[in-house]
Amino acid sequence: MSVSVRIPTILRTYTDGAAEVTADPGDGATLADLLETLDQSYPGLKGRVLDDSGNLRRFVNVYVGDEDVRFAEGLATPTPAGASVSVIPAVAGGC
Amino acid sequence: MTLLNAPTPTLAGAFGNAVALSCRECGTRFELGAAYACEECFGPLEVVYDVPRLTREHIESGPQSIWRYRDLLPVPADVAAHPGLHPGWTKLVKADNLARELGVKSLWVKDDSGNPTHSFKDRVVGVALSAARQLGFTTVGCASTGNLANAVAAAAARAGLRSVVFVPSNLEAGKTITTAVYGGTLVAVEGNYDDVNRLCSEVAGDQPWGFVNINLRPYYAEGSKTVGYEVAEQLGWHLPEQVVAPVASGSLLTKVDKGFTELGKAGLVEATPYKVFGAQATGCSPVAQAFRAGADIVKPVRPDTIAKSLAIGNPADGPYALDVVRRTGGAIADVSDDEVVEGIRLLARTEGIFAETAGGVTVAVAKKLLAEGLLDPDAETVLLNTGDGLKTLDAVAPVVGPTATIAPSYDAFQKAGLA
Repeated sequence: MSVSVRIPTILRTYTDGAAEVTADPGDGATLADLLETLDQSYPGLKGRVLDDSGNLRRFVNVYVGDEDVRFAEGLATPTPAGASVSVIPAVAGGC
Repeated sequence: MTLLNAPTPTLAGAFGNAVALSCRECGTRFELGAAYACEECFGPLEVVYDVPRLTREHIESGPQSIWRYRDLLPVPADVAAHPGLHPGWTKLVKADNLARELGVKSLWVKDDSGNPTHSFKDRVVGVALSAARQLGFTTVGCASTGNLANAVAAAAARAGLRSVVFVPSNLEAGKTITTAVYGGTLVAVEGNYDDVNRLCSEVAGDQPWGFVNINLRPYYAEGSKTVGYEVAEQLGWHLPEQVVAPVASGSLLTKVDKGFTELGKAGLVEATPYKVFGAQATGCSPVAQAFRAGADIVKPVRPDTIAKSLAIGNPADGPYALDVVRRTGGAIADVSDDEVVEGIRLLARTEGIFAETAGGVTVAVAKKLLAEGLLDPDAETVLLNTGDGLKTLDAVAPVVGPTATIAPSYDAFQKAGLA
């Protein structure tokens, strides 16, 4: 069973316009593994989510299920089969 | 699906002197349109302008609303002729009684509870709805902690647009009712503001709607500059030495700074030094915590405070608020919910201004910063009151009430010792 990933509008150029894609990073995979797997199907995608030193970019939020990965284990957050992951620009909202 | 990212054909002058959107992080430029995050690095997009030479007289001859500053905003020259709430030009109150109480020489309160829906949000919505109109949106929406919900629902009603407003389901009744009454779609989401914001970010990606604080955010945020413009103009065209602003996402604080800087660059005021201070409630103080820790990154928190309009645990402009405060030599502090209530009462008792919880946060933080020696009591200081206490009655209901309840007789009045 694979992981579903919601793609924000600004990254859909990498996914032929698809708003949601699936990937199978394997058993025991983490968010980092998932991004590797996605990058093989959609080359360049990982480099948009991670900065040059391989960290999550400052203005991107990633959720595994309902959990903001910054509250979990960041890139080491497990992404088990059946999980749904959302990538969302962080610069929204507020006053 | 990609509708929102497609450049929308617009009329010449639709955005006034604005020429492009530019990423604050990497500087990549994009066409003016419904976009908010950089395609290269996810950084926030900001409006850039090519502003002609302006004079004080030109501004002073404009309408008594934010539209007197239209040349410095992404709006068409005839923006004031379109149906809208025309917010702004709120009172700058010389707060001598509060100054005396706090031991400050010169103190002002910029009272944005005087806006059409009683908060500073009418300013940002005014600019965002102009952009929505120019880009051809017929439905506008927002993620809100309440004040923005009021402002969007009301302004959409006036402008004849559909509104779809998302709020946390635990919002104060005062803010739910004052949104619902305008008749738009109001969606109560079972979660906190950050959950609402996440949901709206996903909805905005797939619906052809103009979310004022998501895909219209670059325009929306510019509206907050008008607080800075007005303060400077109302002080007789000079910058205050200190300003204290509440911090939720951090956008207001950064835009007040931008407003001051722009006025200086345009030669409309002398570019004198000023310090910007930020105010948070301890129960949601990620930016204050980062300030104290000397960190550049704001670690998200889960909010727990009565100051719900400031309860943003993952503040989008937090890093920029830190930059502004550090650059200008200010500080960011936080206060307990009890201190917030005391701040509301202090402002009401001394100046006759009933602020919502965010205003209480600002007053209480100013008091704390004075006690800590971080705010200079001899410097001209402006406190920003962003909203009206009538919307957050629950905050003070437990601690204020009738002085006495008596029988309707003169005898009872005398016995109560009220004379």
